[in-house]
Amino acid sequence: MSNIVFPAETLDLVKKIIARYPEGKQKSALLPILHLAQAEWKWCSSDVMDYVASLLSISPIEVYEVASFYTMFHLEPVGEHVIEYCRTGPCCLMGGVEVYDHLKTRLGIQTGETTKDGKFTIKEVECLAACGWGPVFQIREKYYMHLTNEKVDQIIDELSK
Amino acid sequence: MKILTQHIDVPGIETIDVFMKNGGYKAVEKALKTMAPDEVTEEVKKSGLRGRGGAGFPVGMKWSFLAKPEGVPRYLVCNADESEPGTFKDHYLMWKTPHTLIEGMIVSSFALGANTSYIYVRGELMYVINILEKAIQEAYDKGLLGKNILGSGYDLDLFVQPGGGAYICGEETALLESLEGKRGNPRNKPPFPAVKGLWQSPTVVNNVESIAATSWIVNNGGDAYAAIGIGRSTGTKLISASGHIKKPGVYEIPLGITVEEFIYSDEYCGGIRDGHKLKAVVAGGSSVPILSAENILTTEAGEKRLMTYESLSEGGFATGTMLGSGGFIVMDETTCIVHNTLTFARFYHHESCGQCSPCREGTGWMDKVIKRIETGKGRMEDIDLLVDVAKKIEGNTICPLGDAASWPVAAAIRHFRDEFEWHVTHPEEATKPGAVYMRPGASWSK
Repeated sequence: MSNIVFPAETLDLVKKIIARYPEGKQKSALLPILHLAQAEWKWCSSDVMDYVASLLSISPIEVYEVASFYTMFHLEPVGEHVIEYCRTGPCCLMGGVEVYDHLKTRLGIQTGETTKDGKFTIKEVECLAACGWGPVFQIREKYYMHLTNEKVDQIIDELSK
Repeated sequence: MKILTQHIDVPGIETIDVFMKNGGYKAVEKALKTMAPDEVTEEVKKSGLRGRGGAGFPVGMKWSFLAKPEGVPRYLVCNADESEPGTFKDHYLMWKTPHTLIEGMIVSSFALGANTSYIYVRGELMYVINILEKAIQEAYDKGLLGKNILGSGYDLDLFVQPGGGAYICGEETALLESLEGKRGNPRNKPPFPAVKGLWQSPTVVNNVESIAATSWIVNNGGDAYAAIGIGRSTGTKLISASGHIKKPGVYEIPLGITVEEFIYSDEYCGGIRDGHKLKAVVAGGSSVPILSAENILTTEAGEKRLMTYESLSEGGFATGTMLGSGGFIVMDETTCIVHNTLTFARFYHHESCGQCSPCREGTGWMDKVIKRIETGKGRMEDIDLLVDVAKKIEGNTICPLGDAASWPVAAAIRHFRDEFEWHVTHPEEATKPGAVYMRPGASWSK
């Protein structure tokens, strides 16, 4: 627990985020700060969530119940690159199933698994609001659109370097 | 007629200087310096603008419900949680021209007397959040946000709030819960947000596209907006077009063009991809009833169906659908309706918040039973079982997610029952990769 502390500049940002809400409503900063925490530590361990609770002066359970509700927060360790592919209708119409199968074959893992070298995790998610540009996956903040098997190979090659 | 996307392809439009060179922020100047807040609301009422998130409720009327007790802050919250499968118009608008939304936020906040407003963006769109935050900073730097905007005496702070990946937060009370740092469980209504919303203060929640349209209404007047479109479907609408068309993308249409023109003209979707035929359309996002090619192009009365709230719903759910969010998903004859319905059922199962038993349990049942049919293990009675489960969810939940989950399943069976039956009677054939049922005599069948 003791080694879980945001760097100074992130702590400044945390203060600025809390200031977006009226006095006493700092709990509203929970989602933005959980995103910062996940960016910092890759996943939301209970130690990380306890730290977030302490920053907002709320009880840890208030963080757990929120982190476990929203799909974006990883409650288990993940690989360096988390590939979240859209499995919903429109992406499937654009050949998503075949492309995602290729992705899994290429990495030798199934959805929800991490490669042995800890480099990639695959997750399947629901609609990413990019239906006209499908199939789509995202890795962190970046959207990868109009995916094909060749494109998937290029992306994996690039990230494997 | 372009209102929201007129300058969307101008290089640099995401920057405030280029945006202002193209007429941006004139509505802020006009509203704050020459109009009273109620006058802005009046113009929006006259415009007939209807909520663009899916429900289609008149925006001006929603604004007029806002309680205004003395000494209590009021809030405007923009719903940018766009998560309805098939819908990506708000994503596109905020990504390409963030100031279009920000200008609308200022004008709308002024009308409502809000001094702090939030844009709640789905968390997956973190790159769009960064674009918006950069644009908001530019607006502060130009004196368009902050204290005493353009010397008008009006103050407004605007912040972006990220979600965490939950479709349910597109429901306005779930969104407010989420903005308060909680799980996105929809609230019981009443009280409505207009009376007790964010932190129990009076709040208006509007979709991105609705808010963005208000600047044009201020500049040109509500009557000018109402002159576009047909009947109660006024103005323009962003349609997210996806699926088996030549040109997927976001199109701004004047409400009232025919569905046929939208699908086949080169100005919009450009027709079905080469060598294929139209089989079905989901016209307004995954939750609205799917229609076959015949029903989407022509109403029961034999008239060409139009892209309006009224025309798309003509015939009720028997032969009609809804405009919804404008998520227009086009499917050709290679589409397995059972598989597509499965992805939607799985979606709603995953996204149910779990508060109401009919939705929590029912979405799971529908997901499992369709999966059973899709994988060749279905029984004939499963089809009616699905209809029954869907019926028992509909109308029996706190929020509309229950309806949204039941409609696509019920409609798929209503219009494509033979396809479900074929999966039951021909399990081996139906589970072969790429296998699709061809309805004898249908316009799309080979």
